Amino acid sequence: MNNIINEIREKARQLLAEGKVDVVIGYEKGSLPLKATPCFVHSPEGVDSLIWDETCENNLAAYAAKTPGKKAIITKGCDSRALAVLLQENQLVRDDLFIIGVSCSGVIDQRNILAEVGEILEAKISDGKISVKGMEGDKEYLFAEVKDATCQTCRYPNPVMEDLHIGETIEVAQDAPAFADVVALEEKSASDRQDYFKEQMSKCIRCYACRNACPLCYCQECFVDCNSPRWLTGGVNRAENLFFQAGRVLHLAGRCVDCGACTRACPQGVDIRALNRKMTKDVYVMYNHEAGIGEEGKPALNEYTTNDPEQFLVKE
Amino acid sequence: MIMGEIQVDAENKKYEPKIAAFLCNWCSYAGADLAGVGRVQYPATIRTIRVPCSGRINPLYVLKAMANGADGVLVSGCHPGDCHYISGNYVARRKFALIKSLLSHVGLEEDRVNFSWVSAAEGIRFAEVVKGVTERVSALGPNNGIFKVDDGGAADE
Repeated sequence: MNNIINEIREKARQLLAEGKVDVVIGYEKGSLPLKATPCFVHSPEGVDSLIWDETCENNLAAYAAKTPGKKAIITKGCDSRALAVLLQENQLVRDDLFIIGVSCSGVIDQRNILAEVGEILEAKISDGKISVKGMEGDKEYLFAEVKDATCQTCRYPNPVMEDLHIGETIEVAQDAPAFADVVALEEKSASDRQDYFKEQMSKCIRCYACRNACPLCYCQECFVDCNSPRWLTGGVNRAENLFFQAGRVLHLAGRCVDCGACTRACPQGVDIRALNRKMTKDVYVMYNHEAGIGEEGKPALNEYTTNDPEQFLVKE
Repeated sequence: MIMGEIQVDAENKKYEPKIAAFLCNWCSYAGADLAGVGRVQYPATIRTIRVPCSGRINPLYVLKAMANGADGVLVSGCHPGDCHYISGNYVARRKFALIKSLLSHVGLEEDRVNFSWVSAAEGIRFAEVVKGVTERVSALGPNNGIFKVDDGGAADE
């Protein structure tokens, strides 16, 4: 890990000093323990604030289009897939990007830690172990125990495109994607599923953190902010929460790269991924398409074939 | 607001669902027109909203109709291959399949939201589709579902 960060810093210093890029987008230590925060380095002197570890959970592709000029981006597998989708949708110019690829063994999901030890006061990561000192107790975790759910089934830990790779690559089995979580929900009865999503949606406070964390939610005006037509009222209402989440998920259908940024950003612990994963599965099953696995290609809903499945049609 | 009308016919006390029907200008709307010109009888449950193409259907239209209290939704366009704009309904088809799948995944009743293809020549078939959809939505009863916003949702302009 230390070698990786030294190499990242060295490369960032070199790129900035040579004037090849205006800014390096990476991670720095956050103000809370176990939290990294995105950081924008504009001068070679600033590169020492860059870090790389299991807390680097944000999807930096979210900042690519918003940051003017030529930029180098520290990129995990999922970040690179999001960049690929953004390129497919003409939101980015490839020549403005310098992709520093780093293979990622997963990021930490704090939710379980917070539930057990309360607010985290201090944390140390070493040799795949995470020791946490919390308000309500101390505990040591293995990294595998607190790895984010999406990272546990990750099939693309290595960037799908990059200009430079730092560190080793990670071998993963390239089987067909597994959707055990979606299938488990599908096997429940409709009323059980309805109850599950009712419970999830009653937690949502519509803070839109999920939308803001998402690298692919880049609409100039989101439908939730639109005044004419006014799709949603300002009030907090379970039905409207579901309207928002379902609308967002349908906008992301065939584009979502399952980086899990929305779910990690959610302060209320809403299972947003359950909806996104359902769409990812459907798109894979029906159209044999995975979002952002290459620079070329189109999002699934921008394409069609004349024999797409039609099971959705009304029974006559 | 069209969905806000009284739902029960006071004399017959019979429940009449309100169904928002999004019909494409070139095929299904003309099919509905043909049914009318040909005096083909079908239940007066649909509230027709004409759209230029089934490709114009935004998933939010379907959700918003449910939020505003429609008991059912019918979306209909040209048969695949017959689109006035060549590929509008092919693109829409993928979207429809995902809308339908997501809505049943979150537990919405299967028959609330319906999609079909009806051509401009199929006036009788249009009547049959509306009859079928009306029957199934009637069997489900009023929309008290997961998308219905109790205060009727945002006021329309």
